[in-house]
Amino acid sequence: MSFAVRHLNAWYGAVQSLHDISLDIQPRRVTAAIGPSGSGKSTFVRCLNRMHEATPGARVSGAVIVDDINIYDVNVHPMAVRRHIGMVFQQPNPLPTRSIHDNVAIGARLNGLARGRALSELVERSLTRAALWDEVKDRLERPAGQLSGGQQQRLCIARALAVQPTVLLMDEPCSALDPIATLQVEQLIEDLKANYTIVIVTHNMQQAARVSDRTLFFLHGRLIEENETARIFSHPSEKATEDYVTGRFG
Amino acid sequence: MHVEYQEQPPRSSTAFQTRTTAHTLRRQITNGAAVVLTGVFALVGALFLIYLIGYVFQQGSHFLTLPFLTEAPAALGEAGGGVQPAIVGSLVLIVLASLFGIPLGVFTGIYLAEFGRASLASVVRFMVDTLTGIPTIIFGLFIWVLVVVPSHSFSGLAGGLALSIIMIPTVARTTEEVLRLVPRELREASIALGATESRTIWSVVLPSARNGIVTGIMLALARIAGETAPLLLTAFGSAFGFTSIFRPLAALPLQIFDYTLSPYDTQIHQAYAGSLILIALVILSSLAVRWVTGGFQLRRTGR
Repeated sequence: MSFAVRHLNAWYGAVQSLHDISLDIQPRRVTAAIGPSGSGKSTFVRCLNRMHEATPGARVSGAVIVDDINIYDVNVHPMAVRRHIGMVFQQPNPLPTRSIHDNVAIGARLNGLARGRALSELVERSLTRAALWDEVKDRLERPAGQLSGGQQQRLCIARALAVQPTVLLMDEPCSALDPIATLQVEQLIEDLKANYTIVIVTHNMQQAARVSDRTLFFLHGRLIEENETARIFSHPSEKATEDYVTGRFG
Repeated sequence: MHVEYQEQPPRSSTAFQTRTTAHTLRRQITNGAAVVLTGVFALVGALFLIYLIGYVFQQGSHFLTLPFLTEAPAALGEAGGGVQPAIVGSLVLIVLASLFGIPLGVFTGIYLAEFGRASLASVVRFMVDTLTGIPTIIFGLFIWVLVVVPSHSFSGLAGGLALSIIMIPTVARTTEEVLRLVPRELREASIALGATESRTIWSVVLPSARNGIVTGIMLALARIAGETAPLLLTAFGSAFGFTSIFRPLAALPLQIFDYTLSPYDTQIHQAYAGSLILIALVILSSLAVRWVTGGFQLRRTGR
């Protein structure tokens, strides 16, 4: 699998929030996007599965090429893109009144992937992968709103995995979670990278250092630096990166 | 304006002691007056309702017997008889009105909330809002011209159509409001899974807004249950039981209207008894909605 971003620009109305981003995302590794608030890191990941344009007034130019196909090509349907490139959001967003089972099944149902026995197996497999199965297997029919925040977030990860994506985008997945739930999600990311390409946005530099292999540093809508995570945190080549990772601003 | 900030000496403990200065006294009086005034006005409003229900109850309760609920009206001036056809007729009218009014209202609301970014939506919204303010007899007149005159007959169907137009704005606007309240995160969850916009609305947004939409529908039904004016020109009323939606149809408000015009004491009292039934129906249905939707909400937020 190849995953390349070329000359990507993004706007909210008249405000340009991404300027000419070009980079390659490495398959089956974890890439972290860091930067202060408003640096464009969230917009960047939302452009990778065409979620950016779901916001009224939002616009994108440039190319995101996955396996030789530009996902912004006019012939490519955004729904198909989002099915192959899953997303987990900052705020855990399960459907609170639906059951745990239905929350995992909904993506597969919407896309007509599985039904009946195959669907139950898919639900179990996805929940197991998201390290949630043991905690919920006895109450699959209970509403998802009854789970704790950390469990809800892992449920959302299970839901994303159930549509069998190849890439998983995570937009600050732990910022609404307590330290223990954060640790569980980070452990999960570690487990998932054997099978998925993961891009994670984080405010937390320790988290980027812990979970990622590569790090992208964004500032004012521009990609300032990208490199191996260890390199970014020990020997950044840009002054701005150094100032940010050493906590001098942001 | 420039204000010099002056260093204040530290408060002595006596500053917190209750010393009634002219200033604090005036504030306490103003505050007390506001509390009393709003309380009195609220009480007056409540008293009207209590007096009204009490009076209707006192006038009508003796006539609220089982035969009154199960029998057809007696001949003019005779004792006995009931409002069974009117109760059935009202239920038929509510069903007919729901049949047209609920889908029209809900779909209009969905359009306004979800797709209505164009200027067409603001036109639709303006027209729906205008519809709310039109006197209901106009709707009766409209259906009279459109349905009653061409078909040469008053009918339950015509009554249902007139009532459905009254429902549309209430249902549409509440549907729009509650759909706007559905959190963006839920829509994004569905879209990010590869669902289309319409599928997202149908499978995720509408179920989340169900309680609010049901409440809006029940409000509209409670409103049309008591409508009289539009029925005068459409359903017309009838002393006989329900046979067909293409014939004149009895309705509780019409029956009450007829009876109050009667010179006979019995029928005046029967009008009060009929009013009691109507009031009870509306109160019971709103209690039922509160119970059903309230139950759902408890379950949603309960951990």
